[in-house]
Amino acid sequence: MSTRPAPPISPDVSPMVSMDMITKTFPGVKALDEVKLNLYPGQVTALVGENGAGKSTTVKILTGIYQPNGGTIRIDGDSISFASPNDAAKAGITAIHQETVLFDELSVAENIYIGHAPRMRFGLIDTAQMHRSAAKLLAHIGAPFSSHTHLRDLGIANKHLVAIARALSVDARVVIMDEPTAALSHKEIEELYELVETLKSQGKAILFISHKFDEIFRIADRYTVFRDGAFVGDGRIDDISEGDLVTMMVGRSVDQIFPQSDHDIGDEVLKVVGYEHPTEFADINFSLNKGEILGFYGLVGAGRSEFMQALFGITKPSKGVCRVNGDIKVIRSPADAVSNGIVYVPEDRGKQGAVIGLPIFQNITLPSLSKTSRSGFLKLAEEFKLAREYSQRLDLRAASLDQDVGNLSGGNQQKVVIAKWLATQPQVIILDEPTKGIDIGSKAAVHEFMSELAAQGLSVIMVSSEIPEIIGMSDRVIVMRDGRIAAELTKDELSPETLVRHAAGITSPTEGAAA
Amino acid sequence: MTDATQTRHVPDRLNSRATRIFKSWEALLLAVAIAIFVINSFASPYFLSAWNLSDATFNFTEKAMIAFAMALLIISGEIDLSVASIIALASTAMGLALQYGAGTPELVIIGLTVGVLCGAFNGFFVTVLGLPSIVVTIGTMSLFRGISFIILGDDAFRGYPSSFSWFGQGYIYWVFTVEMLLFVIIAIIYGVLLHKTNFGRAVYAIGNNPTGALFSGIRVQRVKFILFLLTGLMSGIAAVCLTSRLGSTRPSIATGMELEVVTMVVLGGVNILGGSGTIPGVVIAAFVMGLVTFGLGLLNVPGIVMSIFIGLLLIGVIALPRLWAMAAARRTS
Ligand SMILES: Nc1ncnc2c1ncn2[C@@H]1O[C@H](COP(=O)(O)OP(=O)(O)OP(=O)(O)O)[C@@H](O)[C@H]1O
Ligand SMILES: [Mg+2]
Repeated sequence: MSTRPAPPISPDVSPMVSMDMITKTFPGVKALDEVKLNLYPGQVTALVGENGAGKSTTVKILTGIYQPNGGTIRIDGDSISFASPNDAAKAGITAIHQETVLFDELSVAENIYIGHAPRMRFGLIDTAQMHRSAAKLLAHIGAPFSSHTHLRDLGIANKHLVAIARALSVDARVVIMDEPTAALSHKEIEELYELVETLKSQGKAILFISHKFDEIFRIADRYTVFRDGAFVGDGRIDDISEGDLVTMMVGRSVDQIFPQSDHDIGDEVLKVVGYEHPTEFADINFSLNKGEILGFYGLVGAGRSEFMQALFGITKPSKGVCRVNGDIKVIRSPADAVSNGIVYVPEDRGKQGAVIGLPIFQNITLPSLSKTSRSGFLKLAEEFKLAREYSQRLDLRAASLDQDVGNLSGGNQQKVVIAKWLATQPQVIILDEPTKGIDIGSKAAVHEFMSELAAQGLSVIMVSSEIPEIIGMSDRVIVMRDGRIAAELTKDELSPETLVRHAAGITSPTEGAAA
Repeated sequence: MTDATQTRHVPDRLNSRATRIFKSWEALLLAVAIAIFVINSFASPYFLSAWNLSDATFNFTEKAMIAFAMALLIISGEIDLSVASIIALASTAMGLALQYGAGTPELVIIGLTVGVLCGAFNGFFVTVLGLPSIVVTIGTMSLFRGISFIILGDDAFRGYPSSFSWFGQGYIYWVFTVEMLLFVIIAIIYGVLLHKTNFGRAVYAIGNNPTGALFSGIRVQRVKFILFLLTGLMSGIAAVCLTSRLGSTRPSIATGMELEVVTMVVLGGVNILGGSGTIPGVVIAAFVMGLVTFGLGLLNVPGIVMSIFIGLLLIGVIALPRLWAMAAARRTS
């Protein structure tokens, strides 16, 4: 809801930031081709485009991380150029990047203030002041941890909150958010929306990047669309429909309907009994059947990822039994899990999912090498064949399959990680936020692929914080709260309200409706 | 529906094989090797003699055997600084066995076994206890050589059987030595292991992202343990060759060789932080270092100047591509 009902066709406020004819090339790719983008004070501009359209590259140019090959950037009408991130910060531009770069060994407060900590005499860091300000910021964004926490003890969503706090810790005029809600659950997302409203009312210019159209229409005032590194159009969000915006972005219309999951559900494949961990989760019991898609919903910190990692052999549960096809299996390492046909697509793609530094095809074949090789010897032709097949299925956009996976856009990296695990043809696949950062068209492709594989007998556990995805895809949903199973819901019982109610622990339905 | 326009084709590779080879580090290094060869042959009339060149290979064959295993270890993100001390300990063990009447086969078996055991010792601390390899192997560097000193003091073991001298002094054919043959065989084995097998791929994956490799179902600690065993084994083989060539064991044998091995690996284009590097690169680096040492030797350059030269060469070859890229960036902007 825009606070300023725009007077029709009146000459608008002049832009605070304006990019014009910006071009950026990388070896083999033109990431941006003479694009333009304007940001206005007190307004949210949504930048939309498919995976690899050049959104994050634009952000990196605006924050001085990349230097454009051509074009101009103006702030308040004055042409400027940023030689380094420091210059951009001085010009009052701050950003929450898509892939957050934080320091695991430092505290939350140190991470927030690294580089601009409050100082005392002799240039010493004023630790007390730093923690006070950090605590205030964290409270402001509704973060459920203290400023003294070690960063490495936080999950990915909470780390993302630290990145948000870090971006807000500087007094900037321009705030850029590159897919800020991708890692968050609805509770944190609501807090973030409020925060955006506050920033707007302070007259800041906001650039907001997202693949979720409901939120774009909720908080944006304007939109700009890129396709394949080129500018396609911009305007006021009130003047365009969701369907038209999608068409503009993809170049065709996209069915946003979830695939019909009328597949047969077979016998029990996986049974988990009494899984328990000293700190993260307790009393987890459920079973999963052949061809079933089982959704796991919950708030950030509900222990879903922690439980899944225990199931995959990363961490050790203190108690509990896991049966695969009726036989008790002790899974001590991911290698054990994989050999039992259980695979896991992790949430943290940069660290756990992709092996950055290796080419795309090698990432895809890494867990399938035993299939693409002969008696331990690599067969490149087989590897390329497998990589080609899965990257096509998932609509990967890349310069070549031999390209370092680290040079891909965020969403395309995610596609590689999904491809890598689907290519193993497992019995059970655990997907942790599978479509995080994936654009609307490719998301439909991933969903379709998932239900197709389920129909062929693959059992899927899908951890997701996106309610439409959970409701649209799951045959059954388990809601977790505080490390325990709060509810198990059948397809007929699913509704956004029920999910939120169980996740938040509101027992009475009337209160749930009010919340 | 509009599939033809929508499914974009992603090519397998952008650059042809020829371009990739031409642009590689190995190509640059090969050019350096040829340049040194040419300079050497002009600088000294004795250089271009088959027997002299054959002698020159002893400058690098033993080091290179270890360097191949070390390359894999460094690519995986670990390092072993105790290799020279493993040689000392293995050699001492062989000398000790000699006192009890061991023959050549026993001596070889003992040398290799001690090497593997030392590797296992290092590997245990790194992979089971999770300690950083640089710290562990700095420790064992002193430990292994220390044991040799305790056993030998100022003494030396001598009197190795003449059949034992075959390894370090023997010739296969004309000027081709046994060590050269070993060098070639080991280079091929490691080249295949690193570049053509699943194991080698796992090594690269671990070096680039150990967490990601673990999450991909690779048994990371097992792979690393094997790499320590291999480095130990190679040090054992080098110990056999070196002891055989020298014909005696002193506790100071191979002192400082670990740094020459690491230099060779890094010169060969292996990233000291892990994740990238090739065996052909290490092979060429071995020749470069051998040629430089030999060439300077013919010119009667003292040893200390030689190590200065090797140091400069290392920094120069590493800085060159960086400078090149900076110059290229300046030209385009
Ligand atoms: N450092 C780099 N080296 C080479 N190519 C790159 C690099 N960074 C980005 N690219 C390429 O530039 C294009 C644009 O990438 P960018 O990250 O801006 O996409 P994006 O719009 O943010 O996509 P997503 O929605 O997936 O995050 C992609 O084709 C990507 O592969
Ligand atoms: Mg992006």
